[in-house]
Amino acid sequence: MNTYARLVKHRLFWPAAALVLLLLGNFVASPRFFAVQFREGHLYGSLIDILRFGAPLILVALGMTLVIATGGIDLSVGSVVAISGAVACLWVSRLGDQNSLGGTLGAVGIAIALSLLLGACNGFLVSVLGVQPIVGTLILMVAGRGLAQLITDGQIITITGTHYRDIGGGFVATVPLSILIALAAFGISSLAVRKSALGMLIEAVGGNPEASRLAGVASRRLIWLTYVFCGLCAGVAGLMISSNVSSADGNNAGLWIELDAILAVVIGGTRLTGGRFSFGGTVIGALLIQTLSTTVYTLGIPPETTLLFKAVVVLAVCLVQSPQFRRKFARRSRRSVPVVKDEKVEVTL
Amino acid sequence: MLNRKWAAGVVVGVGALLLSACGSSSGSGSGSGSGGGAISLGFAQVGAESGWRTANTKSIQDSAKSAGIELKFSDAQQKQENQIKAIRSYIQQKVKVIAFSPVVESGWDTVLKEAKTANIPVVLTDRAIDSPDKTLYKTFLGSDFVKEGQKAGQWLTKEYASAPGDVNIVELQGTTGSAPANDRKKGFGDVIAADPKFKIVASQTGDFTRAKGKEVMEAFLKSQSKIDVLYAHNDDMALGAIEAIEGAGKVPGKDIKIVSVDGVHDALQALVDGKINHVVECNPLLGPQLMDLVKKVSAGQDVPARIETTETEFDQAAAKTALPQRQY
Repeated sequence: MNTYARLVKHRLFWPAAALVLLLLGNFVASPRFFAVQFREGHLYGSLIDILRFGAPLILVALGMTLVIATGGIDLSVGSVVAISGAVACLWVSRLGDQNSLGGTLGAVGIAIALSLLLGACNGFLVSVLGVQPIVGTLILMVAGRGLAQLITDGQIITITGTHYRDIGGGFVATVPLSILIALAAFGISSLAVRKSALGMLIEAVGGNPEASRLAGVASRRLIWLTYVFCGLCAGVAGLMISSNVSSADGNNAGLWIELDAILAVVIGGTRLTGGRFSFGGTVIGALLIQTLSTTVYTLGIPPETTLLFKAVVVLAVCLVQSPQFRRKFARRSRRSVPVVKDEKVEVTL
Repeated sequence: MLNRKWAAGVVVGVGALLLSACGSSSGSGSGSGSGGGAISLGFAQVGAESGWRTANTKSIQDSAKSAGIELKFSDAQQKQENQIKAIRSYIQQKVKVIAFSPVVESGWDTVLKEAKTANIPVVLTDRAIDSPDKTLYKTFLGSDFVKEGQKAGQWLTKEYASAPGDVNIVELQGTTGSAPANDRKKGFGDVIAADPKFKIVASQTGDFTRAKGKEVMEAFLKSQSKIDVLYAHNDDMALGAIEAIEGAGKVPGKDIKIVSVDGVHDALQALVDGKINHVVECNPLLGPQLMDLVKKVSAGQDVPARIETTETEFDQAAAKTALPQRQY
């Protein structure tokens, strides 16, 4: 009973439960859902799809988590996704030999350098010039989409290079490379923030920027760093998305991914006002969103009602996450149960 | 002079969104002031959302130049209010004819009445509007999306005329609620309904993009035990789905036959390679037809209320001949 209570009180319990429930629902609707088989020399199955198509969102959401932890927000990630994919595909398409490994790495390098630069621009606006994050990153969100369209000339750039294609569509030891990249990003960033003081400092800045500055935390530099990291994550996600379809679409790549990423962060239990954050929660949130899409396809929910279905599920997840809601609900159903004093988790829709 | 300043103000007002459009509007603005005698045409484009649209814009700009028509061009970035602003500015500038591709179907009555009061004829291109007052515009020039869906359905019924068993079809729809998605679905559905062996076993939106087309097709391949045919509302979704089909160890064009709509360069290439079986054209190059209409309308001649763009269909042989000149 004690371990059960502790499990339920864990702040990742409710999002994880929702994810499991959703997966089980799919299993009931389509018994082959959990089947993972080998096909064409690689893993093949719905679960693999969820991970593979969810990988870019996981990356973007990881970057977003740190930005939100400092009390900021980055709306420009979708545009960075588009720009990164566009630049890389343009570069590869201009190569004499699209299959050259050196040329492909060059394209990846340029795209990542540009993403870092764009992240640094956001960070500069927010941390040095003191522009509100939502306004500062809105500039790049709007202008960046135009920039991506300029790079692609409004067309879809199609490429044939096999190395570039491997980033989002390739396999290493039968496992999709995109899943491994997302896993590596999660592992490295988790180690970086939790095995050093970095995570604590970021939470301190998010909790109370003025107090942490007075305590000697270099909050300005720290905030700047989170935007650069967010840009990097979005850039890699952009490479993945464009590589997965071997083409760059300046108009549609990464469109609205910023909203999905923010949602993933919120479902994962990180507060939009800054402070405590959880990479693990973010990954669960991102997987939940991707599973939701797959559920829509598996159950054959008509496109006209898809958005409503998603909204209802997300609302349900957010409600059960809210301690106030659970307390009210529990009181109504079982009056005798003592009210558990929960840590305060605010849910923002 | 004041007018041009004001127009420049509108362009700035519409804002940073127009980065891509600025390139095009500066090109058309160079038609030196109010050209004496030349017909002036104000064109309010939807945006630059796809390769198809870019080809559409380029066709209009090029044919205006060669027809000697002074083109004032604006890009609405998919927003109705931007298009209304652009149309109002054309009315102020007293252009001879206004043409536009409406972002959405309704909400145009007020601004079109203003144009009517100013005696400026309006031509709709590519997309229609939904208004009880048919006098608000002179004519509509564009594709018949229902017919495109019917053509795809007719190809399918012919292809499977002698097939004995059920034919399982999966459908990738366009953006939910958009006119091309609604009409292509309807046209196709009407034709195949004649024979009960044709079954649409799954139908989802792929938002007209390659990435979504691939993602949805991956899910179809897992949830459906047998898929014979893929019908995609545009080429890009079909191209994305091809990658998913190949990833599942099946051969696109053989194991799963594919029919799609549009006729962009990459799709014709896939058709030549045998990965797509049939493409129904949706022609964006309506510039020459539009300029013709503009001349007639400004001369006060009568024009039909609805004019369809000339469109064809591609099989493998036709694709081979068309591919080298395909600009988009």
